[in-house]
Amino acid sequence: MNTPQSSPVDLYFVDARSKLIDIAAFMDRVQRGGETDDYRYQMFLQALQGLDSTHRAEAVLGIFSDMTPDPKQVATPGPASGAWEKEA
Amino acid sequence: MRYIEPHAHMVTRTTNDYQSLAMAGCKAVCEPAFWAGFDRSSVGGFRDYFMQLTEYEPRRAEKFFMKHYSWICINAKEAEDVGFAREVMALIPEFLEKSNVLGVGEIGLNKNSVNEIKIFQEQVEIAVKYDQLILVHTPHLEDKLKGTKLILEMLQGHSGVRPERVLIDHVEEHTVRMVLDAGFWAGITLYPESKCTPPRAVDMLEQYGSTDRIWMNSACDWGVSDPMALPKAIMELRKRGFDDAAIDRFVYRNPVRFLRQCPKFDLIDSDAV
Repeated sequence: MNTPQSSPVDLYFVDARSKLIDIAAFMDRVQRGGETDDYRYQMFLQALQGLDSTHRAEAVLGIFSDMTPDPKQVATPGPASGAWEKEA
Repeated sequence: MRYIEPHAHMVTRTTNDYQSLAMAGCKAVCEPAFWAGFDRSSVGGFRDYFMQLTEYEPRRAEKFFMKHYSWICINAKEAEDVGFAREVMALIPEFLEKSNVLGVGEIGLNKNSVNEIKIFQEQVEIAVKYDQLILVHTPHLEDKLKGTKLILEMLQGHSGVRPERVLIDHVEEHTVRMVLDAGFWAGITLYPESKCTPPRAVDMLEQYGSTDRIWMNSACDWGVSDPMALPKAIMELRKRGFDDAAIDRFVYRNPVRFLRQCPKFDLIDSDAV
């Protein structure tokens, strides 16, 4: 269907390198801020393990997701946080 | 290059955005009913909004030689109050008669709650009863996977729902396959932060684009979003070696094929499909 004229590495390496450094700097920032216990950050660390998968984007999205099967009895207030928090 | 913006919340955008869309090649914009950034306090607030979608926005678009179509419903975020939602739903049949309304949407789930599910199912019933196309919103971020599964289960369990007349929007890498495998149309939403970037959208088109049941949209609204997202995705497709015919299929012919199932979608090009 498509005939790539450049390789994915040629097209995206510098962009991905930049994003990886942003992630590293984010982790440094969270550590300096003493927020490594935040559930979102803990999920973030788990999601990094998704990079070892074959389908990495799908795996990372899955790790951040609510995997429970049943509907919530009441909608939780506020916007989605981006990382599922297990109910206490 | 010609394209269709199949999901944009133009009530939140400036007239300059209409102009930019037209100058970029947009031939038609489709606007689903959604949450306005705050919960409306009365049914009258929804009536005014539906009037805006069916009377005022088409006139704004027309100034730039674009067609404007809309979808009518109560969104999932305002469905938690079931009694209120039903009062709003009583307005839907009247607005389905409007000349630019393509169907019922964007219905769906937000936080995957019991009440959201009730209202989703009742709006599916309305769509089936009035033989309407359906546009489905899937939840944000961590709620998307579960919500998409619940939505698919409900739609597949309804004998009156024809998958080829339903588009399930905001798919990402973890939901696109299940939507397409179930026979529904899939929408990829291009957002700068949440949802999908143009390179990821093109990844999905490389893998699933041969199905012909997939489109992209900007879903531009009052949040962090970009009405020029589709032209940017077109550039991304070019970078990845797609030719004009393939790009035209993704951004023009595919949306036309889905939307023209509603006879009111009257955007006619001799080489439309």
